[in-house]
Amino acid sequence: MNKIKYVHYLNQFYGQIGGEDKADQTPFIVPNSVGPGKEIEKLLGDEGEIVATIICGDTYYGDNLQEATDTIIGLLKGLDFDCFIAGPAFNAGRYGMACGSISEAVYKNFNKPAVTSMYHENPGSEIFNKEIYILKSGKSAVSMRKDIDKLVNFSKRLVRDEYIGFPDEEEYIPQGRRINVQMEKTGAVRAVDMLIKKIKGMDFETELPMPVFDRVRPAKGLETISKCTIALVTSGGIVPQGNPDKIESANASKFGKYNIDNVNDFIENEYITVHGGYDPVYALKDPDRVLPLDALKQLELDGFIGKVFKYFYSTVGNTTAVSSAKRFGEEIGQDLRNNNVDGVILTST
Amino acid sequence: MKLEVGRVKIKDAQFSEKTYIEDNVLYINKTELRKYLMEDENIQDVNFEIAKPGESVRIVPVKDIVQPIYKVSGPGQVFPGWLSDVETVGEGVTNLLDGCAVVTCGKMVNFQEGIIDMSGPGSEFNSFSKSINFVPLITPIPGLEKHPHEESVRVAGLKTAYYLARASKDVKPDEVEVFNYDPINESSNLYPQLPRVVYVYMIQSQGLMHDNYVYGLDAKGILPTLISPTEVIDGIIVSGNCAAPCHKNATIHHINNPVIYDLMRRHGKEVNFVGVIITNEHAMLAFKKRGAFFTNKLARLIGAEGAIITEEGGGNPETDLMLNCKLLEKSNIKTVLVTDEYAGRDGRSQGLADVTIEADAVVTNGNGNMLLNLPAMEKVIGHIESVETITGGFSGSIHEDGSISVELASIMGSLCELGYERLTTKLK
Amino acid sequence: MVKAIEAQGIPAVHICTIVPISQTVGANRILPGVAIPYPTGNPYLTRNEEVAMRKKMLLTALKALSENIDSQTIFD
Repeated sequence: MNKIKYVHYLNQFYGQIGGEDKADQTPFIVPNSVGPGKEIEKLLGDEGEIVATIICGDTYYGDNLQEATDTIIGLLKGLDFDCFIAGPAFNAGRYGMACGSISEAVYKNFNKPAVTSMYHENPGSEIFNKEIYILKSGKSAVSMRKDIDKLVNFSKRLVRDEYIGFPDEEEYIPQGRRINVQMEKTGAVRAVDMLIKKIKGMDFETELPMPVFDRVRPAKGLETISKCTIALVTSGGIVPQGNPDKIESANASKFGKYNIDNVNDFIENEYITVHGGYDPVYALKDPDRVLPLDALKQLELDGFIGKVFKYFYSTVGNTTAVSSAKRFGEEIGQDLRNNNVDGVILTST
Repeated sequence: MKLEVGRVKIKDAQFSEKTYIEDNVLYINKTELRKYLMEDENIQDVNFEIAKPGESVRIVPVKDIVQPIYKVSGPGQVFPGWLSDVETVGEGVTNLLDGCAVVTCGKMVNFQEGIIDMSGPGSEFNSFSKSINFVPLITPIPGLEKHPHEESVRVAGLKTAYYLARASKDVKPDEVEVFNYDPINESSNLYPQLPRVVYVYMIQSQGLMHDNYVYGLDAKGILPTLISPTEVIDGIIVSGNCAAPCHKNATIHHINNPVIYDLMRRHGKEVNFVGVIITNEHAMLAFKKRGAFFTNKLARLIGAEGAIITEEGGGNPETDLMLNCKLLEKSNIKTVLVTDEYAGRDGRSQGLADVTIEADAVVTNGNGNMLLNLPAMEKVIGHIESVETITGGFSGSIHEDGSISVELASIMGSLCELGYERLTTKLK
Repeated sequence: MVKAIEAQGIPAVHICTIVPISQTVGANRILPGVAIPYPTGNPYLTRNEEVAMRKKMLLTALKALSENIDSQTIFD
């Protein structure tokens, strides 16, 4: 079997060029293992070797994230390697950020397995856990031996494309993906089991921890609304007859943007709803019941607002994932800014 | 209230000149059944198919699934309010054809209808791939409106289930289970040391295609009320719900409600099952609140210490779920919620539309956005083209070779929030 | 969506029936809708009454857009 060719990333300290005094070292490459890398090679034995080590100062990386990443990617171009490992970074924050960042970049640029290791409270573990694996290490170098042992074994499995289990058993930072798994007991039996434990005051584990939704700072209120352009947006699925953009009735993958420059009212049969999650009878008869164009245009005529924006945006909220909705909101928001729209009325069903 | 449930195991089904059961084989006279179903003037035609486990068969679009049941003795008859009078059921002896289900199919009523695969990867996601499915394909009279179309199909499913199970009238069941639901003061005396558990049974009631019926009454109009678990087994709750196929409760889910069965089996041993509170999921906030306050009060009045709450559907019903949870927990009644998730195709999205901090004990039945690639099947019962329009399907779902790409949301009952199946979601 | 739009500096008011969901997800300006199938409608009114009701609702919506708020606010 071929020896697995590793590239190892280290900071200035573990790269043995100095301490804080060398924290601004720019990235460079050496064609062999350094420091903890030597221990890694011992553990690998015939199975692998470190063909290159990248060393970079923690402060330099932190202050020059983009350049440092680009430089290192440049150093690796053309190099023949199978796997990238970084650290372990333990609880060193800047080091952890660098390890996470460069591991993710290498994975994205070269499509090779990349894995790093750090303490679960290291800030890097919250930011870079999504695309690459971050193994959980001890808090300090006291656990170095154990942690590089884990790093070596895990990396070999990644290279061999072996199945990687769940975060608890494999001791890595969860990547944030909910995966369907078949259990032995039905949901009903698991629920009764859980309730009995809860009533008795015993320990139990919820299968779905409640998420925490972030908050957004309110925008400034509109001062002279009679001069403002207001746009209409809906997740109630109001679209022109025929659904020209084929917006799905559930879990929408897109939103539509429609011209209403010469439209003062959503009329039955000219506009329809494609949202599959509510009784459509009322909206089909009069789509203004879901997106109040007629009333808004009247307010424009009466001078309460400056203008109704000439486009409206529509998608379907039925089972649509929150991440999709966020993306639509960002794109629509961007478009509205480019068009100098001042305020938005968004309706949901 | 004492109910004896007799399971007559069905190992095979065939068409025949007479409808009867012998040696665990169900023989069906389809001419007689067809005549019975065609008594409904809104039905132009009915055809029948039988799909067996392991066959290369795909059934789509599935509207409802009904457990064949028949009351052998005791007050009333199954499906009260539909095929029989509204007399209270849940006592006596009821037979159930185990391993057999009625699956209604035919021209699509509304796009939230689903798929059952009898083999292949799709068959792993529900129990219906393991039952012998008797499929009436119903063609409505031309021009029939959605509402009456849905009702005709619904009732045809119930009639078929009753008709088939009636054949077990004089057959000795292979397995018998006896369930006792005691009046609350009696059970308190019998089991003072066992935790008093109530089951809060949420059923969807939001308008066309999202309705359920209790003794024939539209659940939209009910206030939460106390019922016996044994009544549910006799089919008092009938589904008129075309919500997403993965998590709407088909009539069979209600009849075989696994939470009710498990609580009844543990009654007197690990829990004191004090009863079932049915409540609805209305489209207006005031009604949701009224329902939650009422449920909470009822639970307190019957002295519940713990409650299992099951949801139906997703989205705004999550508000009902969280309101129920919050109020019960504030009354010091410990809750476990049973739900499912839409966590996006990558599983990274927040899976619930509403949350509350008191919901610290939740069972999930899976992520409905998971994308599946299912192979072509040799035979399709129904209309394959409907795959592109149903929930979980999309334009481009059907490939040239007959295989389909759909979200798990399209598979009937795959995430049933009564905890019917064995799927869960774990963080990776 | 409303949050993502407001995050870009454009005030956005969310008209929805299930106010608790909007509150949980974190919209800043919320206006209770009439009912799920018709948040800005009422099929039990005549057409003229309905449009008048809509206008009234929208005036409240405009008020919501004009105010400087520092946390989630429900406009009735």
